[in-house]
Amino acid sequence: MSLLELPVSQPGPRAPRAAQSPPWRLIDRIGLAVAWLLGLLFCALAGALVLYFLVQGIKYVRPSLFLTNPSPGFTATATGGFLDPMLGTMLVSAIAMAIALPIGIGVAVWLSEYGRPAALARVAESTIEMIAGTPSIVLALFGILLFESPALGFLSRSSEGVVFGRSFFAAGAMLSLVALPLVVSNVREGLEAIPDHVREASYALGKTKFATTRRVLLPAARPSVLTGAMLGAGRVIGDTAIIVVLLGATLTFDRSGSVPLLSTLRGTGSTLTYYVFYNAPTGEGNQPTKAYAAAFVLLMIVLALNVGVDIATRRSRRLRWSS
Amino acid sequence: MEFLTPPPVRRLTGEESVTEPLGPTRGLPAPPGNGNGNGNGNGSAPASPLVGGRRRIASTPLAIDRMQAEALSVAYGRKPAVDSVSLPIRQGEVLALIGPSGCGKTTLLRSLNRLTELNKDVSQSGRITLDEVDIATLDPTALRRRVTMVFQQPNPFPMSVFDNVAYVLREQAARRPKRAALRGAVRDALARAGLLDELGDDLDHPALRLSGGQQQRLCIARALAADPEVLLLDEPCSALDPQSTQVIEDLIVRLREDVAVVIVTHNLQQAYRVADYVAFMYLGRLVEYGTARQLFRTPREQRTREYVRGEFG
Repeated sequence: MSLLELPVSQPGPRAPRAAQSPPWRLIDRIGLAVAWLLGLLFCALAGALVLYFLVQGIKYVRPSLFLTNPSPGFTATATGGFLDPMLGTMLVSAIAMAIALPIGIGVAVWLSEYGRPAALARVAESTIEMIAGTPSIVLALFGILLFESPALGFLSRSSEGVVFGRSFFAAGAMLSLVALPLVVSNVREGLEAIPDHVREASYALGKTKFATTRRVLLPAARPSVLTGAMLGAGRVIGDTAIIVVLLGATLTFDRSGSVPLLSTLRGTGSTLTYYVFYNAPTGEGNQPTKAYAAAFVLLMIVLALNVGVDIATRRSRRLRWSS
Repeated sequence: MEFLTPPPVRRLTGEESVTEPLGPTRGLPAPPGNGNGNGNGNGSAPASPLVGGRRRIASTPLAIDRMQAEALSVAYGRKPAVDSVSLPIRQGEVLALIGPSGCGKTTLLRSLNRLTELNKDVSQSGRITLDEVDIATLDPTALRRRVTMVFQQPNPFPMSVFDNVAYVLREQAARRPKRAALRGAVRDALARAGLLDELGDDLDHPALRLSGGQQQRLCIARALAADPEVLLLDEPCSALDPQSTQVIEDLIVRLREDVAVVIVTHNLQQAYRVADYVAFMYLGRLVEYGTARQLFRTPREQRTREYVRGEFG
């Protein structure tokens, strides 16, 4: 195409293109309509969920709920708030992420940048997929087996040689397995999205593979790391099965020992999810208003995390190399 | 990617005083209708008589031998890419590697700082020396600090302009020097790449927000910050607009005083404009090596003649 042809060909065929395209077949039209319908249905579902909990939550959330602990009783005023479960949620997700993030990033870097020995990498890959597919109640049962062993007795309460096996440590450790696959897959995706010539540019400046990973690749993949961390934390915060089995399910902190933080971590407690479970109309507590309030708080936390993920992915899209 | 190379027409506007008009029959580019329509992507310009000005008349007299390829052969698996090429690389000169796609020029370039080794199934024979030392005996990271490279795609790291250059200066694994201690060297490297005046004091600007041409000059600044002896450029302008290309070509010509420059290019005009010596490769072999003027005007080999006339490519 020479330069002289360009101005002639430019304005011509652009406009009438839509008119020229052949009419859609019936099956396509039905498909499009179904897609629209389903899309709208999901929007309506999500909207209804948020709206319902917004209305219920605002109706029942009181500042005092955040400041008082659950206490035994039969009326809404006597049963107190959810201070300890809320702190428990933070504590257990902090432990889980403190374990899952470094391990997840390490595994992702190994899989994406090294991948050798190849056989081991393949095994690791399918192991992570398997963990991702394991129901958390199964992980919880395995956790009980693990943490009741005398060797790990120092992580929970024990009396006369019998290890209780339930503690924030135990729950956090098993919950890290719930977050791990999400961290690994997101970080890996982020690393693999970096074009090879960026790696080579760093090698070509005399940098080692380690320095390249540490100073170029991981900073470049930071939005993906953030996404993985937030998605993982969202899953951890929402998990109930592991909490019920491995945290001991005492509504308030039940410390073990006398060292300030350590006693809490070795002791038992609960989280917001368990609090909702306990207070649901079918639960032992049966204080639905409290359940709604706690569910609302839980939903808000998860929504905030989702917004965070959105911002992170948008940022990662803005600064990219041409490939 | 060739379509991105600047049309030669722009030569009409600049540096007429330095240009030496070439007779269209004697060299490049081929006059229109000379059976091209080939992959050169630049041979179809009607303004050929004025095209092909050189950036300067004579090469600098103080050329120093820096690198030497001796009977170098490189193969990917069973597939040979470079076939017993011997070639000197001198400081004070720009060497351009030209040839059709897949002729081994990039492989040759990448073997000069052992980047070919990143590919698992690569095999190599013959040797390359840097200041009379076989580069196979050097530590690859040390070698690559002395022989740095700039790529086809501008690829600044996703950090500030300052950190992009400082990254090279910070020794790996050691304690990171303070920002203030690096400021002088960073500004110096940016100045050598002609970027300092444009950026002024805004060195904290995210590098990926710069324009394509600025990004590429930042990559050159980064490569210069290591204070290399040889600078390898792999089609550095093929993703850039004509203006940025011109700025970078001027830069390349200025740089040859301090470093030996090797440039791979698909753009024959560019090779003619910036290079002192040109090596024409075809099917992995070095067909002809000579001064730019000789190779473009009076090529000795039939293949070279056909290629610079745009009869194949």
